[in-house]
Amino acid sequence: MAETHSLQELQTPPASSKIFIQRDYGSGTICRFHTKLPSELESRVDKQQFEETMQTLNNLYAEAEKLGGRSYLEGCLACLTAYTVFLCLETHYEKVLKKISRYIKDQNEKIYAPRGILFTDPIERGLRVVEVTIFEDRSIGSGR
Amino acid sequence: MITRKVRKWEKLPGKNTFCCDGRVMMARQKGVFYLTLFLIIGTCSLFFAFECPYLAVHLSPAIPVFAAVLFLFVMAMLLRTSFSDPGVLPRALPDEATFIEMEIEAANGNVPPGQRAPPRIRNVQINSQIVKLKYCYTCKIFRPPRASHCSICDNCVDRFDHHCPWVGNCVGKRNYRYFYMFTLSLSLLTIYIFTFNIVHVAMRSVVSGFLNTLKDTPGTYPFLCLIFLQKDTPLLVCFFTLWSVVGLTGFHTYLISLNQTTNEDIKGSWSGKNRIQNPYSHKNIIKNCCEVLCGPTYPSVLDRRGLMQEDLVALAALPSTNSDTTPQTTKTTAPLIPNEHTPDEAKSIADSAAEKSSSPKEEQPPSAKLPPLASPETDAETSIAKDKPH
Repeated sequence: MAETHSLQELQTPPASSKIFIQRDYGSGTICRFHTKLPSELESRVDKQQFEETMQTLNNLYAEAEKLGGRSYLEGCLACLTAYTVFLCLETHYEKVLKKISRYIKDQNEKIYAPRGILFTDPIERGLRVVEVTIFEDRSIGSGR
Repeated sequence: MITRKVRKWEKLPGKNTFCCDGRVMMARQKGVFYLTLFLIIGTCSLFFAFECPYLAVHLSPAIPVFAAVLFLFVMAMLLRTSFSDPGVLPRALPDEATFIEMEIEAANGNVPPGQRAPPRIRNVQINSQIVKLKYCYTCKIFRPPRASHCSICDNCVDRFDHHCPWVGNCVGKRNYRYFYMFTLSLSLLTIYIFTFNIVHVAMRSVVSGFLNTLKDTPGTYPFLCLIFLQKDTPLLVCFFTLWSVVGLTGFHTYLISLNQTTNEDIKGSWSGKNRIQNPYSHKNIIKNCCEVLCGPTYPSVLDRRGLMQEDLVALAALPSTNSDTTPQTTKTTAPLIPNEHTPDEAKSIADSAAEKSSSPKEEQPPSAKLPPLASPETDAETSIAKDKPH
């Protein structure tokens, strides 16, 4: 029995559950996620830490989608070149998306992975949700 | 277990066709798109071949040069509109779909047997207006505001405008500005060719008399001779194109100034009394135009060219064991296999998942189970926004 139990542990990946933080459409169609700490994470993560992560993400997306001189200039320049300029240059949005990926990776490594939590980059879910995977600690729960 | 690497576009659900290893994305029916190409290239070729030599010599060589530049711009915009991702929203993975179902059940509470479950709607407040978000049964998501499901392409598209058969693609958030630039530049090109056709006829008439000119160029006879592919067919094509394309450009200019989509305009979402006002408009024409035309260039959220592992052994077993397939549980395995099933298998898995997890009384219109087949629809139908309510 003990052998099969440990064999199971070796073969099966750690158990996990997922929660999905939805988009906040209160300010329109801009990309924004809810910053409220979900109840499933209350025991694992500090509320302020979580809100800070989500708020930083929201600020980064706002920066990507900002309507201002820079985006207008980019748009006009692109139009004049029949949008061929984007074959060589990266758009502002893409640059910010890379920044967001790095930030999420960084947050995962430093803060959330030690607590058994993994944030998935929203771009991998079509910017619809922030998927948070909660890994259950097997070593604690294996004494059944 | 045998696996092979495939590009993600090969496993995307929906009825799109992909070319150049996922770089090009179009709708399945491309016939009208080829007609558009033929008309534009054909008309311009005739113009360059028969009118330009005379005009370049007798008026200015700048005329054909400017026409060439405009023609290239029109082609670039057309191809950009046709080949790019309009803003397709990827479907929910099984975990997310289950999570949303659980939330809906929790919100609806216990529905007594025999009673219809309430429609799946989420209310959101945007700029002090209440907007209803509908649930898409095909994509298993609550559609973001302004998104709509295109039944021809079988995808939810963000800021869905309409499905345009002339460009062979949906027009949505990512390619609306290219579509608008295409119609605008095509209008200019049509007016330009039309004008210089008339100038050409006029100049020739002055030299050799009007009747003689008509004799030499019988196709110019105003708008009556339709059949023969004469030298001056550009004039006829131009005249008819003029009214339709210029009219369309005018219509879209109007929509842009109000920050509306064709879909919203047709459905009358923001018009009429007792309806809410458009919450997305900046109430300023310049600002609306700037946002739509010069706003940030949104990247595609469909990772078409990403690589994923395809489980060949599992795929081979799938068609025979239809009922045996278990939906992906919340246990995370390799994160590289989001969509290892073909759309048909995914549908049957989704069905079995829906039966397992959700109440049997949920409202499921027939179109939810079977994605609408791509029937050959007439141009008149398809040029109107395709949004069959789910």
